[in-house]
Amino acid sequence: MNVYSRVYKLVVTIPPLAWVAIFLVAPYAFLFCFSFWSVQSQTIVHHWSLHNYLRLAGNPVYAQVLLRSMRIAGMVTILALALSFPLAYYLSFRAGARKELLFQLVIIPLWVSYLVRAYAWKTILGSDGVLNTLLQYTGLVTHPVAFLLYSPFAVVLTLTHIYTPFAFLPIYASLEHIPRSLVEASQDLGASGFRILRTVILPLALPGILAGATFAFVLSLGDFLAPLLLGGPGGVMISNVVVSLFGAAYDWPLGAAISLSMLALVVLLLMATERLEKKWSFR
Amino acid sequence: MELPVKGAAGYLRLHAMLVFAFLYLPIAVLVVYSFNGESVGGFPPHNWTLRWYSMLLDDDALLASVGNSLLVAAAAMAVSLLLGFPAALALDRASFPGKWAFRRLVLLPLILPGIITGLSLLMLFVTAGIKLSLLTIMLGHGTALISVATTEIFAGLQKLDRAQEEASLDLGASQWRTFWRITVPNLRLSIVGAGLLIFTLSMDEIAVSFFLIGRDNTLPLEIWSRLRRGITPEINAVSAAIFAFSLVMIVLWYRLRMRNATGESSYEIGS
Repeated sequence: MNVYSRVYKLVVTIPPLAWVAIFLVAPYAFLFCFSFWSVQSQTIVHHWSLHNYLRLAGNPVYAQVLLRSMRIAGMVTILALALSFPLAYYLSFRAGARKELLFQLVIIPLWVSYLVRAYAWKTILGSDGVLNTLLQYTGLVTHPVAFLLYSPFAVVLTLTHIYTPFAFLPIYASLEHIPRSLVEASQDLGASGFRILRTVILPLALPGILAGATFAFVLSLGDFLAPLLLGGPGGVMISNVVVSLFGAAYDWPLGAAISLSMLALVVLLLMATERLEKKWSFR
Repeated sequence: MELPVKGAAGYLRLHAMLVFAFLYLPIAVLVVYSFNGESVGGFPPHNWTLRWYSMLLDDDALLASVGNSLLVAAAAMAVSLLLGFPAALALDRASFPGKWAFRRLVLLPLILPGIITGLSLLMLFVTAGIKLSLLTIMLGHGTALISVATTEIFAGLQKLDRAQEEASLDLGASQWRTFWRITVPNLRLSIVGAGLLIFTLSMDEIAVSFFLIGRDNTLPLEIWSRLRRGITPEINAVSAAIFAFSLVMIVLWYRLRMRNATGESSYEIGS
C-alpha cells in the first residue's frame, strides 16, 4: 500500500536517522576509538594499539570483578524470576476481579526513584538501621548484625528489589496472551494441573520469561550505584571499575575498553535471546 | 477460570503477598522515617515531626535541583517525542536501507546499562569540545528516551485504523492535513502516555546524568551527593514528596486513559 508520498517518508525518516547517527552511532564509534588509544602524562594519545585489551587480559583482577558482576547479576536474575513468575501466574490465572489493581501495585514501586529505593535499603540494613534496631528492640540479638550492609548480599537484595517488576512485566504479558481455551482443553482431556503448567503454560510463557531474564541480567550487570552505596569492598562490580577509571584514575582508554567489552557482551546476549525467542515463540 | 494447579492456590496467594511485602517494605520505611524526629533508622520511630518537610522548603540547593530536573525532563520529553514520533512513523510506513539496524539502534539505550550510554556521549561531547551542562544532560536523556517514545507510538500506530487516513486522502485532503486531522488525534493517547513516561524516567535518571553533569545538579545527583556525605531524614522527606507527586501523575494518566477508553468518539464529533 503506497498512500504516503515520497516527501512524507523522507520527512519522517531523515531527522531520526540523522539524530541517531550523531548521538548514538558517533558516541559508540568514539567508545570504540578510545578503547584503542592510550594515556601518556595525563593526555590522551591517539596512537592505535591493543594495549588496553592486553592489560585487561593480563591482569586477573579485571576477570575476577567481571565474574563477580556476572555472578551477582545471575543471582539477581534467578531471584527476580523466582519472585515474579509465580506472582505473574497468580495475577493472570487466579486474581480475578482484583487483577487490574494488583497489576498496578506491581508497577507503582517503579515510580519511586531507583536511587531512593537503594537508599531505603541502606537505612534498613545498616548497623544502626531499621532492621538491626528492630532485632535489638525485640531482644533477638544483643549486638547489631554487621554483615547485612556493605556486602554482595546487600547489592543482590537491592537489585532484586529494583528489577523484579522489570522481570514481571514481560512474563505477565506472555501469560495474558495464552489462549484460555488451551488450558481448558488440557483440563477436559484430563491433564493434571502440574502437567498443564509444564507442557502448556511454561512453553508459551518462555519468550516472556526470557525477555524478563534479559532485562534483569543486563541492567544489574551494568549497575554501579547500588554497589557504591551498599556493596562495600566485597561488592565492587565491573561498572565501578569503569567509573573510577573515568574519575580519579583518569584512564579513559582502559575504561572505554571495558565498556566496549560490556557492550559487546550485551549485544551478543540480545542477539542470542532474540534467536531463542523466535525459536520458542508460539506459531 | 479454574486454576490449573489446584493444590498450589494457597501457596500462590502467600507468595504474592510476600512479594508485595518485599516490594513495599523499603517504600513504607522511607515514608515512615520521613516523619521521624531523630535520624533515619532506630526502631521504633518516635517524636513524629514535619520538621524535615519544612526544611525542604528552605533548602535552596535542593529546590534548585528540582527546578533543574523539571527543566531537563521537559526538554528530554520534547526531544524524544519530536524524534520518536517520526521514527515510529518511519518504522511503520517507510522502507529504507538499514531499517533493521535503525530499529535496533533506537531501542538499544532502553536495555543498555546507563553507564555505556552516558560514557559514550561524554566522549562525543568532550571530543567535540562541548562544555558539560544541563544541556548535555537534556541531549543525553532525550536521545536515550527516543526508545520509549518510538515503542509507545509505534504500538499506537499498529492499532490505528488505516482506512481513516486513506479515506481522508481519497477525499482530497493533503498529506499534511491528513496527518494533523487524522493521524495525530488518533495517536493522542500514545503520545501523551509516552510523554508522561519519558518525563518521569528523566526525573529519576541518574546513570547517564552522572557522566554528563556540569555545574548544576539534577535532583537525583543532588540526592546522590548528599548520600555520600551521610543519611538525613530530609532525603526521606523529598523522596516521599516526589513519590506522592508521582502517584498523582499515575492517577491522572489512568483517568485520562479511562476517559479515552469509554469516550473514544469525542474527537469525531468534536471536529
